[in-house]
Amino acid sequence: MSTENAVSAEDLKVNTGKMHVSTTDVAIDIVGMHKWYGEFHVLKDINLKVMRGERIVICGPSGSGKSTMIRCINRLEEHQKGKIIVDGKELTNDLKKIDEVRREVGMVFQHFNLFPHLTILENCTLAPIWVRKMPKKQAEEIAMHFLKRVKIPEQANKYPGQLSGGQQQRVAIARSLCMNPRIMLFDEPTSALDPEMIKEVLETMVGLAEEGMTMLCVTHEMGFARKVANRVIFMDQGQIVEQNTPAEFFDHPRHERTKLFLSQILH
Amino acid sequence: MQEHDMSWVRTEMALAQPAPARERGAYAWVRKNLIGSVGDTVLTVLGVAIVLWIVPQVINWAFINAVWTGPDRTVCTTASQGGIQPDGWTGACWAFVNAKFGQFMFGTYPIEERWRPILVAILFVALLVPMLIPRVPRKGLNAILLFAALPVVAFFLLVGGVFGLPHVETPRWGGLLVTLSLSFVGIAASLPLGVILALGRRSKMPIVKILSVVFIETVRGIPLIVVLFFASVMLPLFLPEGVSFDKYLRALIGVSLFAAAYMAEVIRGGLQAIPKGQYEGADSLGLGYWQKMSLIVLPQALKLVIPGIVNTFIGMFKDTSLVLIISMFDLLGVVKQNFADANWATPQTAKSGLIFAAFVFWLFCFGMSRYSMYTERRLDTGYKR
Repeated sequence: MSTENAVSAEDLKVNTGKMHVSTTDVAIDIVGMHKWYGEFHVLKDINLKVMRGERIVICGPSGSGKSTMIRCINRLEEHQKGKIIVDGKELTNDLKKIDEVRREVGMVFQHFNLFPHLTILENCTLAPIWVRKMPKKQAEEIAMHFLKRVKIPEQANKYPGQLSGGQQQRVAIARSLCMNPRIMLFDEPTSALDPEMIKEVLETMVGLAEEGMTMLCVTHEMGFARKVANRVIFMDQGQIVEQNTPAEFFDHPRHERTKLFLSQILH
Repeated sequence: MQEHDMSWVRTEMALAQPAPARERGAYAWVRKNLIGSVGDTVLTVLGVAIVLWIVPQVINWAFINAVWTGPDRTVCTTASQGGIQPDGWTGACWAFVNAKFGQFMFGTYPIEERWRPILVAILFVALLVPMLIPRVPRKGLNAILLFAALPVVAFFLLVGGVFGLPHVETPRWGGLLVTLSLSFVGIAASLPLGVILALGRRSKMPIVKILSVVFIETVRGIPLIVVLFFASVMLPLFLPEGVSFDKYLRALIGVSLFAAAYMAEVIRGGLQAIPKGQYEGADSLGLGYWQKMSLIVLPQALKLVIPGIVNTFIGMFKDTSLVLIISMFDLLGVVKQNFADANWATPQTAKSGLIFAAFVFWLFCFGMSRYSMYTERRLDTGYKR
């Protein structure tokens, strides 16, 4: 995490017009959730209610469990205690429920996880065709629509290996959007990018926020957090230590651990 | 003290230039690769000398002095051995191969019925070639014809006993016919079986996993000869009187299962090389297990292990010679069998026959190897994640 990254996000232009947080419609509800890796207690007593339209940034030192927590939301990780309810569906061992949730929840990874043997267009149409059973033609139209939105329609017939990191990450975002998700999870989407590539990805994410997408982002881009998030969550040692609006969180952190963390990353 | 001026700005970007002439062209290549140092030069001279010494002898023996046609051993023996060649002559006896060619191809398959394996071979080539050329369309139909229809047609054509075709027992099959039919069935069966076993071994379901591991480890732990020997000598002892499996069929099953176990381990290696992120990417999009495996994981894993897969194919192709142990005669077996023919007993017979057999094996193996390299290049999409 370097300062210039944070600075590059400072000049993001955000139009808050359509950003609307619902007061009644709950998107994600996590209640008393715990997770263990074998004997190791990684997540302790997580309680988090996310309303429809919220933009939440989760930060914290490495190993604090922030990635693990959002990976529990689409069951890439299993929790052992407590409840996770996504879009009204509780996550249990029921594989059908898990697939239903995954269809509604998009995820963007630190290392993009594009499929290297498929073209950009095929990456985007794969899930709509096989999971949503959409006709190929329609899937391709939707894919091109989202590739235009992330500003790389001209790369549609290339392979992921031929694109820059920033372009790959934008494709990954477009791939998720093709499934028309109601919630988007971002797991350190800019951490593996060259400094010059970060802004283009953040701008794409800002565009999503402006359209009212419910978003949970694990990120250290504090400029992004300040401008886009309506809530910042700080995690340490597998628990939520502090949460607040961005202005309060950055200017008046209350917990000692939060103060220390912020003093380390904001020079 | 005077201050060092650290400020500098480039006014023009430097243009790319061609590399210096000394570093390019044929002479630069020779200097770098052949006579780079004293040691290199010595090795180059030595290598050229060895080639110059061996190659003319080989060409002399195999082509210039070789006998291509002839009725019997007299054409390939010297005067003192009772033949027509001058004393001191040495050359390949291709006449022997020529005279026995039919047997080398078909074994003791009845001569008037040999159009049947020839027809099968023509059908096989007609279906295989378009399958191997990526540009030819209708791969699905092609695959069905090649892997489902052809085996049925080939079975009735080769075995006969129906549609007025006389029955030809499998012990009469031999030569390249046995080699190719065993390997093709082995190859076609071992790849899908290997995939299933490899997935089974990595499965989270304990029963599936244990069954796969037990099968793979058992089959891999036993030599193929033992399996074949067991099938031919021991199995009849356990079967009730009068019940017997066809020997060829037993060899077919033995070879296929054997290759499948090796194939499973090769494919497992490929599966392990696929990063966790690929599985997670597929999971996060809501793909099910079989979709994830067939659309994302296997295409990448199989591509990674093409060299290993083809290695197994080639190994199995050559292993088919071991059916000799259960007195079936593949190409090599038939060639060896014919050394005993007194009509062709010459000092050159064994050499010529073995070189011919080796050449045929090499031709097929080299073909597979080149095709696999072509496929690797074709599927290369600038692998990066």
